[in-house]
Formats: sequence, C-alpha cells, structure tokens
Amino acid sequence: MSAFSTPTARLQRTGLLDPLLLTATALLLWQAVGSWTDGVAVTGPAATFAYAGQLLLTSRFWESVGATAGAFAMAFSLSAVAGLLLGLVLGLRRFAGDVAEPLLAGFYTIPKVTLYPVVLLVFGLGIGAKVAFGVMHGLVPVTLFTVAAIKTLPPVLPRTARALRLSPAQTMRWVLVPACVPQIVAGLRLGFSLSLLGVLIGEMFSSQRGLGFLLVSGLAQNNVKLSTTIVLVIVVFAIASNTAILRLSRRFAPSA
Amino acid sequence: MPHATLRGVVRRFGGKQPVHALGPIDLDLAEGEFFSVVGPSGCGKSTLLDVLAGLGRPTEGSVRFEGRPVLGEVPEGVGVVFQEDSSFPWLTVRDNVGFGLRRAVLPQAEIHSRIEHAIHFMGLAQFSAHYPAQLSGGMRQRVCIARTLVQKPRLILLDEPFGALDQQTRLLMGDELLRLWRETGTTVLLITHALDEAAMLSDRVGVMSARPGRFIDLVETGWPRDRDSRVVSDPHFGELTARLWTSLRAESMRAMGRSI
Repeated sequence: MSAFSTPTARLQRTGLLDPLLLTATALLLWQAVGSWTDGVAVTGPAATFAYAGQLLLTSRFWESVGATAGAFAMAFSLSAVAGLLLGLVLGLRRFAGDVAEPLLAGFYTIPKVTLYPVVLLVFGLGIGAKVAFGVMHGLVPVTLFTVAAIKTLPPVLPRTARALRLSPAQTMRWVLVPACVPQIVAGLRLGFSLSLLGVLIGEMFSSQRGLGFLLVSGLAQNNVKLSTTIVLVIVVFAIASNTAILRLSRRFAPSA
Repeated sequence: MPHATLRGVVRRFGGKQPVHALGPIDLDLAEGEFFSVVGPSGCGKSTLLDVLAGLGRPTEGSVRFEGRPVLGEVPEGVGVVFQEDSSFPWLTVRDNVGFGLRRAVLPQAEIHSRIEHAIHFMGLAQFSAHYPAQLSGGMRQRVCIARTLVQKPRLILLDEPFGALDQQTRLLMGDELLRLWRETGTTVLLITHALDEAAMLSDRVGVMSARPGRFIDLVETGWPRDRDSRVVSDPHFGELTARLWTSLRAESMRAMGRSI
C-alpha cells in the first residue's frame, strides 16, 4: 500500500493535519492542567463543554455577550477610524508626525491599568468607561502603524504613477492605498486585540455586565466551570476574528 | 524632424542658494535611435531623464517630444523605467503588466493581446500568476519593462534599469533591451553608469561632465542594428570603451574631489 493513501497523507493534502494536531495538543494540555489543579483553577474540556452547553441556553450569558460585544464594537471602530485619520494626518505632515510619534509611543508604554481609576472618575461606571479604556488601548497601535505605512512608502511609487499618467485620485486608489494596506492591517489586528483587552479589563474591574464581569463573578463565587467557560468563549472569539482579519488582508494584499 | 529635442535646458534646485544641477544641454534624439548617457555620479543624469520625461520642469530652456512641448507631465507615447524596483507587490505579474493599460480606452481583445504579447516578449509567461516577491530582481525589472511595453511607447526612457543587477544578468538584460528596440522600432534613451553597457548597446553615447552636467563628448558607435552582447569580443568595443573612459576620467575625478 502506498504512503499516499494513508489517512495521515490524505489529511496532509487537504491541509487539515496541522490544525487538527494543534487543537488536539491544546485540548490535551488543557486536560492536563485541569487534572493537575484538580478542577480548582480550571475545569477540564469535557466538563467545560457540558457546562457551556447549559450556559449558552441562559439569557444571562447572552446579555453579557451583548454588553461586551456592544462596548467592544464601539471601542474598536473608534480606535480604527480615529487611528486611521490621525495616522493619515501625522504621516502626511512630516513635522507633526515627528513630534507626535515619540509622544504616542511613550503613552503606549504606560501600563494603562494605572490610569483606569481616572477613566472611571471621568466616565463613571458603565459602558462609557469600558469603551474609553478600549480606545486607550487600541488607538495608538492603529495610529503608529498607519504613520509607518505612509512614511515608508517607496518614493518610486508616486513617480511610477506619474510616469503611467495616473490622475491624483487614481494614484491614491490604485497605488498608494494598496501599498499601505499590509501595514495598516497589521495595525488594525493589533488594535483589535488590544481594544478587546481594554474592554474586558474594564468589565473585570468595575462593571455589572459583560463577559469580563461574568469571569470575575465566576472567580468570586468559586464557580470554576463558569470562569473556564468564559475564558473558552473569549479565546475562540479572539482566534476566530484574528484569523478572519488575516484571511481578509491576504485577499487584499496577497504578498504580505 | 528629430523625435525629441532639448534646447538650452538648465535645471537648478533649491531656493536661496540654488544648486545648478544640469545644463545648458542641447540634444536631438533621432527617431528609432538608441542613445545612452554616461557620466560621473551626481552629474545630473537622472535629472536629465526627469526633464525629458516631463517628471520635472526645466528651470530654463525647452523640451519637445514629437514636436510638442513637454510641460511637467509625461506625454502619451513616452514610457519610463526606473532603477528601483517599481513593480506593485500586491498585483500578480499579469496584473502588473496589465496595469499599464488600466486607463486605456481599447477593445478588451486588444488589451488582452497586448498583455499576452508583453508577457511572452519579456519571458514572463510561466510567472504570470506569481507575485513580485516570488521573483528575482532581474525578473521584476522585466515586469516593469513589460508594464511600459503594453502602452506601445514610441520613446522609452530607462534610468539605470539594470544598476541593481549582477553582471551576467545585466548583459542578458542588455540583449533583451536590444531585441525590444529592434522589434518595436522605438527610440531609446538609456541612463547608465556602466561604460561597457553604453558601448555595447548604443548607436550614440553622450558623455556628461561633473555637475552641472553638460555633454562633453558624443560618440557614434557604428554598430549594425542587429547587434547583441557578443560585440564585447569585437576590438572596436575595446576602443569605444577606452574612448568613453578617456573622456570621463577627468570628470569623474572632479566629481570625487568635490564630494570628498
């Protein structure tokens, strides 16, 4: 029997082998940690999936998902739009960019959790603080990556556009924007995970709603199944959306 | 009537203490001629190309292509190939080549056949679905030439297009360029820093002085039209290269002395 017809070889050809192996390894590790801590810190995969099946039927869970999703959608879209615009301005105006870049990078290095009390006092308990905290995390990477995308554009590209007799609008649409896309998408991906982080931290510290709040209440009530399930939900969501963004960016910028 | 002319062209840069980069230059390019420009580094060769292409305006003097003045825009019929890789990394080879015709108002069949022809002519057929990142530097430069070729230019300006390539690739690309020139009948102006390249490819070589660049010698090579890189073994090739170097040596030293 030739090696090509073994199940492994067939999986390899479909490109499913690596993801399956990775998933199996992750489940095994998860089970190992669960058994090792005896279910005190983490419940194992089987118990968690069983609990998740019940939790997914409760309205309390979906209300939390809705609260987090709403706050996150606002935080990420604000970070993306403001970051792109700010990056565009700072990238095109060299002097402003040179002044702002180290300031932004400096702000970026501050552990933003230390500023959360201030955010709370300004925005109060509720969605405002969560969104603001998400934007504080997500805005800077989007801005910095956009600035970098514009600044590192090779000067030969606009010259080529002129040599091909493109109008300014065509130059923008057909040359400059596509040239910037890979770096901007990298910034958006970073902004995506960081604004999610910001929103969740916000919910964990001071909120009555959302997945972050459920996670912390799971911890507080010693409901390990609940906290593990929430972690699972967040992990699946983060990985799935990151993969989706990557796929999308490959379609627009296949070379990246 | 000459195909392209420069009359009293001078280019200065900067405001209060302007740098005199080029000229005055007078030059007539005959239709179908292969003209090369050599000169010490920083002598304004690329500035000359910019002015002739319409990418930069001359400070004084006038530029004409096919009798019409060139005024700060690249005229229809002129193709430019740069030294830097200017292929678009987000497009496949085929789409890069076709980019040259995005603005063209032509029947679909004509667009298709021009792209096919350019891809085959530049030896890119088996790479047409590849992205530039998957190609060597020489192949990418072929893509850029093909992108210009689809526009059927009557004057092609090349700014050290093979400068970043290794010697063997450069010789072969020179042959490709000769073939392109022969088969399309286009006028070619090639900027190069390689004296052998200029001596091997051209009908006429213009030797430029150190900055501000002016022509100090015009050398007719006298090669037949169906030449290729094998002329390097012709004794006349040695004489030509020697003459170019004699003209250029003092200027190159002057350019070095200035910049040190």
